[in-house]
Amino acid sequence: MNLKNQTSRFRNHVLALAGSLLVLGATSFAQTAESIPVDEIVAKSNRVSYYQGRDGRAQVAMEIKDNQGRTRERQFTILRYDVEPEGGEPDAVCEQQKFYVYFHRPADVNKTVFMVWKNPGKDDDRWLYLPALDLVKRIAASDERTSFVGSHFFYEDVSGRSPEEDTHELVETTDNYYVLKNTPKNSDGVEFSQYTAWIHRATFLPIKVEYLDKNGEKYRVYEALGVETVDGYPTVTKSRMKDLKAGGETTITYSDVKYNVGLPDSIFSEQYLRNAPRRHLR
Amino acid sequence: MRSAARNRPIQILLLAVALVGLTLPGASPVRAQDEPPLPPGLSPTTPAPSSEPALPPGLVNDAPSEEPALPPGLTQATTPARAEDDTRKNFRERLPFDLSGFWEARGGFRTRNDTHEKDASIGETRLQLKVEKSWDRIVFKTTGDFLYDPIFNDPDVDLEEGEGFFDLREANLLLRPASFLDVKIGRQVLTWGTGDLLFINDLFPKDWNSFFIGRDQEYLKAPSDAVKASLFTNLANLDVVYMPRFDSDRFIDGRRISYYNAAMGRRVGRNAKVKADRPDDWFDDNEIAVRLYRNLGTFEAALYAYKGFWKSPGGSDPVSGKAIFPELSVYGASLRGPIGKGIGNIEVGYYDSEDDRDGDNAFVRNGELRFLAGYEQEIGTDFTAGVQYYLEHLLDSGDYQDSLPPGMPGKDEDRHVFTLRLTKLLMNQNLKLSLFAYYCPTDEDAYFRPHVSYKVDDYWTVEAGGNLFVGDDDHTFFGQFENNSNLYVGVRYGF
Repeated sequence: MNLKNQTSRFRNHVLALAGSLLVLGATSFAQTAESIPVDEIVAKSNRVSYYQGRDGRAQVAMEIKDNQGRTRERQFTILRYDVEPEGGEPDAVCEQQKFYVYFHRPADVNKTVFMVWKNPGKDDDRWLYLPALDLVKRIAASDERTSFVGSHFFYEDVSGRSPEEDTHELVETTDNYYVLKNTPKNSDGVEFSQYTAWIHRATFLPIKVEYLDKNGEKYRVYEALGVETVDGYPTVTKSRMKDLKAGGETTITYSDVKYNVGLPDSIFSEQYLRNAPRRHLR
Repeated sequence: MRSAARNRPIQILLLAVALVGLTLPGASPVRAQDEPPLPPGLSPTTPAPSSEPALPPGLVNDAPSEEPALPPGLTQATTPARAEDDTRKNFRERLPFDLSGFWEARGGFRTRNDTHEKDASIGETRLQLKVEKSWDRIVFKTTGDFLYDPIFNDPDVDLEEGEGFFDLREANLLLRPASFLDVKIGRQVLTWGTGDLLFINDLFPKDWNSFFIGRDQEYLKAPSDAVKASLFTNLANLDVVYMPRFDSDRFIDGRRISYYNAAMGRRVGRNAKVKADRPDDWFDDNEIAVRLYRNLGTFEAALYAYKGFWKSPGGSDPVSGKAIFPELSVYGASLRGPIGKGIGNIEVGYYDSEDDRDGDNAFVRNGELRFLAGYEQEIGTDFTAGVQYYLEHLLDSGDYQDSLPPGMPGKDEDRHVFTLRLTKLLMNQNLKLSLFAYYCPTDEDAYFRPHVSYKVDDYWTVEAGGNLFVGDDDHTFFGQFENNSNLYVGVRYGF
């Protein structure tokens, strides 16, 4: 959830927030007592997971533990920027987002930058900046369901999976959760047959996601381990992805999370790949 | 009355059953015990809206109670990581600047006998230190390599050629006088263009020796002493690089890599080291490189111009016999962007060899038209393939052929090169297998660069690789290096 959660927990849409903020939760609770359309749950969950605030930044620490218990770490700063849709609806979430990921550790990737323009309905645009060569490299978009920087999180976990790609069924509403069963519309190209998400009713944050493989066996579990309210946005500050089949897990901790920092669009460009926006990285 | 009293236990039982029934999963495919406990930050702090009735006993927390309790340390979700972070910061904060770098050792040997060179292709240990200090609009950066090389022991430091026990790779100031202007002054590594290990409009110095003997790919780029101004506007961006004194390639000169000497008509090495006459007058023998670029939709378009000299010797002085660097201007363009599932690029460059515009001077390299087209795509999980086609077309090929001394093998009018890059990551991306291959059907020669590296942990990396040249003729571009084919291993500790 790293990039994703973090980046995403932001977006400036007041309407979107109203639904997700605990304080204003009375209405949503009242609503859920009857029934809230499943698509609305999915949309709100997607919004609070990936689109909170107009922009956001966080320091991210990843601990990657392999199936023999050996650990490796990744430390990076992530900046996220939501491109305002032109004359768009303020509630839209499927607009372009830009990410700037500046690595601190391990040493071999220190000061390397990974930049992504996430395009709705199209492949990402991605760049890599290698400081030792002063090289800006355009890189091909990869399968969204491959590991992000060697962790147990996939690119898609970090930057979001489009709700359009699955069908969603509300199988249960508990005191705390909407329990959603999600089935891919096109099962080619994904390694799961379905996943179940426990979405916190008050905040719409996914607290746990279990993936079943094509044999119906549970093999991958996401859990939100800590939530803090930052700048009014409930934010997952610690999460974990476990690989039950191969073993191993990755834990992500977000610190110094800030929303609505006022990042300019220009940061997500070659100029800032070669000359990092240090003020926003500290 | 009596019957009512007798029924009371039954009513209670029914009520209890009803309550339990509410909590049972029933036909739901999701079992209640799968339900996650609320993470810290949600459970205790969630204020129940006043309009909501309090939950009856028995319903509250029944699911969480069946969940495993959070292990110690997790309930204070962010504290441990922050504490860890502070430790690291403390370590770094002891210094008033940012310090990083690596130590490595590397050894390799020739796979073929080369009578003109040592059997060891590389044997060195290196400590690289990077120091960076930044203020609001200024960054100072310096990178220096301390080198110990018992095989090619060369204690005299030459910062221009990167020889001796110290190589200064970077020492520069990066300024941002205005939001639309970046200026970098000093020793710096410069790269642009779209080719993958093929360069048309990137006329910044290369270190071909490092590349061929198996140093890290970072060392293919030699530093420039330059001023680089970058201007950013909505219309386009402009880079202007001025090098007050010519920075040549660290070219193949026979000391470490044997080569084909046309004058002698055979492969030579340490017995015939290249003596070069390098243009080295400050401000007179300068270089200027310009790039104008902008995005066109999702494509990146760029125009380039360069005025300076052939970067590796491009001729010889008929009197002294020394290698020379004739004047060269290059004009080019490139386009790069997504095509299908991958990234495609094309780049062209017109090489104007100003001292031999007619192509009839046997002592100065001819002008050329260069072209490349490439495509890279992920073809499997953590498996990427890239292909390129590259062409060097000699301008005035006829005059060139006529100017050759009798018996001297010449270059073809067109040199075609195909490249293939395969990269596969395994074991949580800690094991990297890669191959880069150049193949030239017209010269019938090829160059293979297999490489494998494994990240033992966050600090240690071990690697092995090779530089394998094959060719039918002694004089072709890759074929001449055949006896330099080598294998190497390395170990690196990064910090």
